[in-house]
Amino acid sequence: MERIKEIEKEYLKENIPDFNVGDTVKVHVRIKEGEKERVQIFEGTVLARKHGSINETFTVRKLSYGVGVERVFPLHSPMVKKIEVKKRGSVRRAKLYYLRDRIGKAQVVKEKKKNK
Amino acid sequence: MVKGILGIKLGMTSVYEGDKLVAVTVLKAGPCMVTNKMTKEKNGYNAVQLGFMEVKPEKLNKPEAGVFKAKKLSMFRYLKEFRDMDGEIGDKVTVEIFKDSQFVSVSGVSKGKGFSGVVKRWGFGGWPKTHGSGGLRRPGSIGAGTTPGKVFKGHPMAGHLGVNQTTVQKLRVIKIIPEKDLILVKGNVPGPDKNFVVVKAGG
Repeated sequence: MERIKEIEKEYLKENIPDFNVGDTVKVHVRIKEGEKERVQIFEGTVLARKHGSINETFTVRKLSYGVGVERVFPLHSPMVKKIEVKKRGSVRRAKLYYLRDRIGKAQVVKEKKKNK
Repeated sequence: MVKGILGIKLGMTSVYEGDKLVAVTVLKAGPCMVTNKMTKEKNGYNAVQLGFMEVKPEKLNKPEAGVFKAKKLSMFRYLKEFRDMDGEIGDKVTVEIFKDSQFVSVSGVSKGKGFSGVVKRWGFGGWPKTHGSGGLRRPGSIGAGTTPGKVFKGHPMAGHLGVNQTTVQKLRVIKIIPEKDLILVKGNVPGPDKNFVVVKAGG
């Protein structure tokens, strides 16, 4: 088992910012169009962080023209270039799937109060 | 020339190959030692015998240990012959032999599934779940009536499944780590973790 973890270690990203469920993040995604490559930004609320180690993924939800859009990103994928944390959310659940059923202002996660 | 090595399945994980995540099996292969050599003149065929996993003499019984003692070699738990492979007695064989191979085939004993029905064992479709079905996973008809008046031999039926010598061919070599004797192949390999496997170069 340790030997397998050592192999995985090589492929893990080291500079992942500390972000959690409920935070608002900007995900910089590499997009390949034929030979060209560009970076697209996907900004939204983190609903879930799942699995562990090399297989870890996170789900981001945003509203696009009134339609909810969710994307699941592999955390350690080279396609995810950068993750920026915009806002810290104050939540009491590990998974925020209940946000899917909310309409309007109710789907906004409260911002975390900074510790004084 | 045939290239082969003995090893152990350590388990599975995923690694990134470029931008893509691929499922890999980690095998600890070698270091093996050539413990015997068969030649056309003496044995009727050319082969080398590889030993894997060094053990203390008390772990083997007297006839097993005696073979190694006579040749003044260290003792091994697993021995296997590889036809038409090169090497002299005492030579070390490591994963480096796969440096140029793109694909390998891996053999081992598959996981035991016990007494299994025809759906699991032979991939039968099973019965309908609704519309007054009389069973779910029964085999159905096993042949015609008076003619031929018997069930043909080899007809697929329920029975013991698994614990077979199984070979998976053409597994792509993703990575070789010679300093740790590890080899990463794409996809799965027969048997549970810690299973003894034989790795051969080529499809």
